[in-house]
Amino acid sequence: MKDVLLGLMEAFWTTLKEMFRKPVTIEYPERRRPLPERARWRIVLTKDPDGEERCVACYLCSAVCPVSCISMQSIERETDGRRMASWFRINFSRCILCGMCEEACPTYAIQLTPDYEFCKYDVLDMVYEKEDLLVDGQGKYPGYNFYRHSGVGVVNQKGQNPDEYGPVDIRGNMP
Amino acid sequence: MTETVAIMAIIIVKAAVILIITLTLAAYMVLAERKLLARMQSRFGPNRVGPFGLLQPLADVIKLVTKEDILPKEADRAIFFIAPGIVAGTVLLTFAVVPFGAPVAICGHLVQMPVIDLNVGVLYFLALSSLGVYGVALAGWSSGSKYSLLGGIRGSAQMISYELSMGLSIVPVVMLTGSFSLSDIVAAQHSVPFIVYSPLGFIVFLISVAAESKRIPYDLPEAENELVAGYHTEYSGMRFGLFYIGEYVNIIVLSALAITFFCGGWQGPGPDSLSFFWFFFKSAFIAFFFIWMRGTLPRLRYDQLMHFGWKFLLPLALFNVLLTAGLALGFGWRVH
Repeated sequence: MKDVLLGLMEAFWTTLKEMFRKPVTIEYPERRRPLPERARWRIVLTKDPDGEERCVACYLCSAVCPVSCISMQSIERETDGRRMASWFRINFSRCILCGMCEEACPTYAIQLTPDYEFCKYDVLDMVYEKEDLLVDGQGKYPGYNFYRHSGVGVVNQKGQNPDEYGPVDIRGNMP
Repeated sequence: MTETVAIMAIIIVKAAVILIITLTLAAYMVLAERKLLARMQSRFGPNRVGPFGLLQPLADVIKLVTKEDILPKEADRAIFFIAPGIVAGTVLLTFAVVPFGAPVAICGHLVQMPVIDLNVGVLYFLALSSLGVYGVALAGWSSGSKYSLLGGIRGSAQMISYELSMGLSIVPVVMLTGSFSLSDIVAAQHSVPFIVYSPLGFIVFLISVAAESKRIPYDLPEAENELVAGYHTEYSGMRFGLFYIGEYVNIIVLSALAITFFCGGWQGPGPDSLSFFWFFFKSAFIAFFFIWMRGTLPRLRYDQLMHFGWKFLLPLALFNVLLTAGLALGFGWRVH
């Protein structure tokens, strides 16, 4: 009986005390929480230092996406055979912002940005096309151009980049 | 003839004023509860509509009124429509006997402040709170849904059980006053409020009143995590609103009655014109206690509720009747 009454009094005292404390709520539209540096929200497609899009339409992001929200069509450019996406589409109404596309991307093209305020009234407006996704900057990896290190001859001839070996003689025995 | 007309007019005016004030207060009671509860949980509560969220009740009313009124297929139409009215109506009618201020002289008449000063006011209150059970039980029955039925059954069982201890806890007050009229009860507490004579009765009354208003820790009829919303699961729009208003008017009425029976009603220091303030202040304190309790206590289990009601509270209330009666005899307490 004594325990019950003491417990009751303690409970009532706790709530009363709590009432005079400042609420922990951050009132969102007026005040915003400082974001962590690597916050992951809206996805963008970045460009390389030469101003060309980085994406080579390898389908890795689309394959790794757990909710299958990325789709694209790859083409080869007529002039130099460079692979790129003819169209690239992310359905943000499905996206769970997990960042696995960013991890899978071999060319640092697809990146997640700290912009989280992209709600829409119409769900179809959440489907972003390539034009909506492309940004002018280089994002988190400035100075990187995939074709200066690897790939078919877009910048230099195949195997002619400074940090690249020449093509392997596939019929030779030497390692 | 003119006398009767004047009395009728005064009664109607008083009833209208009370109706408006009570309904407004009930709406703001909802806001106060949401605000205080939020603060107890380290939140802000509603603060978007108007300054400090003060227009939130208005927005809620507009929302409730414009919502679709849904009649479930299996529902018993007539009873389904009447039940919310019974809940809200009985609660509002209870306020008719509560003296909410000192008598005021208007045109040479001494106007009593309850709408009608019934000489059986206490019985009238008990009768109406019993009738209120019908609203819950019928709402649960007529909805044609399992959850509603369970809620209705729980509600009626709970309210009938706790009505006994509530009635018994007022018996000492009636014994000391020697009258069933609420005005007499307040007048009898002119020097000493009855909470001094019968503190146990006050505690028992508060507990049973909490059970009567179907709120945490006694919200088993609604128990949202077991029964969806209990007896008002199937109600929507303004019919749900009536249950909602009923619940909050009930808190106000029961707080008012608690202070009328035990804390001297409208009496307080200062001139008679302050009596309205004292009445409001004291009722607000009890109402705050109800909100505080909601923020603090968890819900009782059904068997614990019945156990507590029948095996603890009822004997305690009976003991209190004997105790107060004995003391009153022994010390010659006779207040009227």
